[in-house]
Amino acid sequence: MINIVYRLKSPKFFEEAIDEIDMDGVIVRPTHLSICQADQRYYQGSRPADVLEKKLPMALIHEGIGEVVFDGEGNFKSGDKVVMIPNTPFGEDVCRANYSYSSKFRGSGFDGFTSDLIKMDSDRIVRMPEDFNPNVAAFIELISVAYQGISKFNEIAITPKEALGVWGDGNLGFITALFLKEKFPDSKVMVFGKHMDNLNLFSFADEVYPIHNVPDDLAVDHAFECVGSSASQSAIDQIIDLINPQGTINLFGVSEYPIPINTRMVLEKGLTIQGNSRSEREDFEGVVETLKQNPKLFEYLEKLVTNICEINSLNDLKEAFDKDYISKFGKTILKWNK
Amino acid sequence: MIFAAILAGGIGSRMGGTDTPKQFLTLGNKPVIVHTIEKFVINDKIDKIIVLTPQNFISHTNHLIEKYIPNNEDIIVIEGGETRNDTLMSSVNYIEGNFGIDDEAIILTHDSVRPFVTHRIIEDNIDAARKYGACDTVIPATDTIVESINGQTIESIPVRDYYYQGQTPQSFKINKLYNLINSLTEEESKILTDACKIFTLKDEDVHLVKGEVTNIKITYPYDLKLANTILEDIHD
Repeated sequence: MINIVYRLKSPKFFEEAIDEIDMDGVIVRPTHLSICQADQRYYQGSRPADVLEKKLPMALIHEGIGEVVFDGEGNFKSGDKVVMIPNTPFGEDVCRANYSYSSKFRGSGFDGFTSDLIKMDSDRIVRMPEDFNPNVAAFIELISVAYQGISKFNEIAITPKEALGVWGDGNLGFITALFLKEKFPDSKVMVFGKHMDNLNLFSFADEVYPIHNVPDDLAVDHAFECVGSSASQSAIDQIIDLINPQGTINLFGVSEYPIPINTRMVLEKGLTIQGNSRSEREDFEGVVETLKQNPKLFEYLEKLVTNICEINSLNDLKEAFDKDYISKFGKTILKWNK
Repeated sequence: MIFAAILAGGIGSRMGGTDTPKQFLTLGNKPVIVHTIEKFVINDKIDKIIVLTPQNFISHTNHLIEKYIPNNEDIIVIEGGETRNDTLMSSVNYIEGNFGIDDEAIILTHDSVRPFVTHRIIEDNIDAARKYGACDTVIPATDTIVESINGQTIESIPVRDYYYQGQTPQSFKINKLYNLINSLTEEESKILTDACKIFTLKDEDVHLVKGEVTNIKITYPYDLKLANTILEDIHD
């Protein structure tokens, strides 16, 4: 079947394109999408030129929910609300599918969600309750990244989890700190950031500290780096200083540049560094279940919704990206009417 | 009930160089008309899809549907009429004879040669027809419109902001459409080739639904060539 896809042709320039999809999977109509930093890097043209040349034109956006339009196999019925999983495995692997070389990712390896319809295999969508706030559900993908990082951390951490430190006062820092508190209610969750305005929103955390004003005797058992870019260097430095021996450092922040790490102290303290990126079906299911069990989390997560943009045209889409770019905190939600 | 009428009655006089009506020519690896029907098949709000073709293309159309969209009992192929209005009436009469028409019954009428129609446009048509009784899919005019009566000199240049290009679907409450078409004189019926025009002439509101620039009508050989080139691009 013919499908219309809205692709980024070159930085800041979207175009309509015609695609063809088979009717052998589930056909989903996107309803609410959310802009990620990774999308913004393509839109602004801040990825290296050879990457842009190789990947564009491509539809952006890998965070979103939609409604099932058609399922030839009958697993879903028309109108079912679903969260879409952007990671798409091709074959089995010995590692988690979100780290497999053979997996492809929407809005990175192939078209993202900005299209009239999206064809997905039935294991690439997760049914969600009707009453979920769609503006929060739109970024369940981002929540699932924090969720899988926390699950992996739980598997490798051998020392106590009394003091957990989250570095970064942005969206992922907020979500990671919130879900740490949810999963380990008896632990002390401390957030370290640069912007007091943002840190003040972390009301669920036990402590918040500006990074330049941390008490001398403070220590954490495990750390979560949600800073990214070149600033992750100073964050990792501070983590290595404050972390207790045999703690884990869980990295989430993306940087375009290689980040130097004080390996001498990593060795001396016997630290474990674990990388985190993307997520898989079990993480999406875990997030949906957690939100179902504890709807109060929506109240906190709603604070992250800073822009809600109705998208009726490609110009609206451009304006939404521009608005998102100048927003210091929070998520830009695209109400998809295109 | 909600019906879709796929109007494939045209013999494609503007296409040139071929005896096959343009809706049966191949786009990508399927006939144009199959692409178009698929868009309505996946929408489960639509109860029945009535495809109206010239009499000598009914069997061919049935074979195509059986081949590409097998085992679908909601698609019905019937003969269209001489004019667009006749074709419309054929679909309305068929619906009346086989399903009955109540006040809530809606028909979406769509050109078989517009395979690029989006799901969003179809959904918006259903909503607007339900709410307002009649709607037309349009996009703002991009070229300057020039009016000339004699074909030699400009009579006027209307303000472009008020002008739109009509696409399809055009959608209606069937009862209203039925009554209005039946109220036309033979003379009016010949001139009024557009169902929405019938509504406006009879002082009935027709709501606008936003179309898409991609929702083109395959009218000329160039259109089909262009569409095929774009599709080949994605298969490379």
